[in-house]
Amino acid sequence: MTTRIGVVTFPGSLDDSDARRAIGLAGGDPVALWHRDKDLRQVDAVVLPGGFSYGDYLRCGAIARFSPVMATVIEQAKAGMPVLGICNGFQVLCESHLLPGALTRNDHLHFVCRDQRLRVESADTAWTSDYERGQEITVPLKNGEGGYVADERTLDELEAEGRVAFRYLGGNPNGSRRDIAGITNEAGNVVGLMPHPEHAVEALTGPTTDGLGFFTSAVKKLVTS
Amino acid sequence: MARVVVDVMLKPEILDPQGQAVQRALPRLGFEGISDVRQGKRFELEVEGPVDGSALARIRELAETFLANTVIEDFTVKVRETDGTERTVAGSDVPSEGAPA
Repeated sequence: MTTRIGVVTFPGSLDDSDARRAIGLAGGDPVALWHRDKDLRQVDAVVLPGGFSYGDYLRCGAIARFSPVMATVIEQAKAGMPVLGICNGFQVLCESHLLPGALTRNDHLHFVCRDQRLRVESADTAWTSDYERGQEITVPLKNGEGGYVADERTLDELEAEGRVAFRYLGGNPNGSRRDIAGITNEAGNVVGLMPHPEHAVEALTGPTTDGLGFFTSAVKKLVTS
Repeated sequence: MARVVVDVMLKPEILDPQGQAVQRALPRLGFEGISDVRQGKRFELEVEGPVDGSALARIRELAETFLANTVIEDFTVKVRETDGTERTVAGSDVPSEGAPA
């Protein structure tokens, strides 16, 4: 049986089809999920994709967090289901309090769109086990509100517990505290990051294929569990 | 109908690059002497029925869980009186009206 990984489409999601494609290339079975539908269609994991859900009104991710599908995603994430939030999906995870902190406007106010070097800081999550700790990868980054902030105590906790999953290399692109590009929850099943691994899965369209490891990690973990 | 106002501001320790950009534009426009600008959001709620303790408790909850992200923002809830003045009744640092101090 193949691994079913759902990708939620909110009004304003942009990268849902790329995420489904990445899941397919990684050997998984991509399943389209709809924001108004509480049913997760028996998926084994969920990806919250990039984009501008609900037009980024109020705050990025603030309205998506209260959509019907998120009620089930939050419940299942707390029960251990792997959930990956990419860019706007990371913002939704922070608004949902599945991950600590928040994403704020880039400190330089400009939208950033570039290939971004990252260091993998944790290979102990459901979405990063196919990487080595310390490995450097390059994937696209594109955001206007990607500055990761949290209070000092939370940042110290994340560092001490090895929950910083990715750090920016070669310059901080958005003012994120401590160069943090992505984090994980305590259990390691929920991961959020601003850069876009789903855009780096094929030589034809991506700068690298470094992003594929997110999806192969989840597929392998679910096959063996 | 009664109006309740919810003001949301970034916490003082959170960088406000939009406010900074506004502040930097002021001298160019001939406005001198403004050393800092912080930008926030104001929500005006038209309340059906009386603005009593339970209505205000519900509005405080919606401000805390939805209108503001209390990880990075503070909020205040104010009631606009018939004479146009606004009275603060709740907020991040203000206990709800009627609650023990």
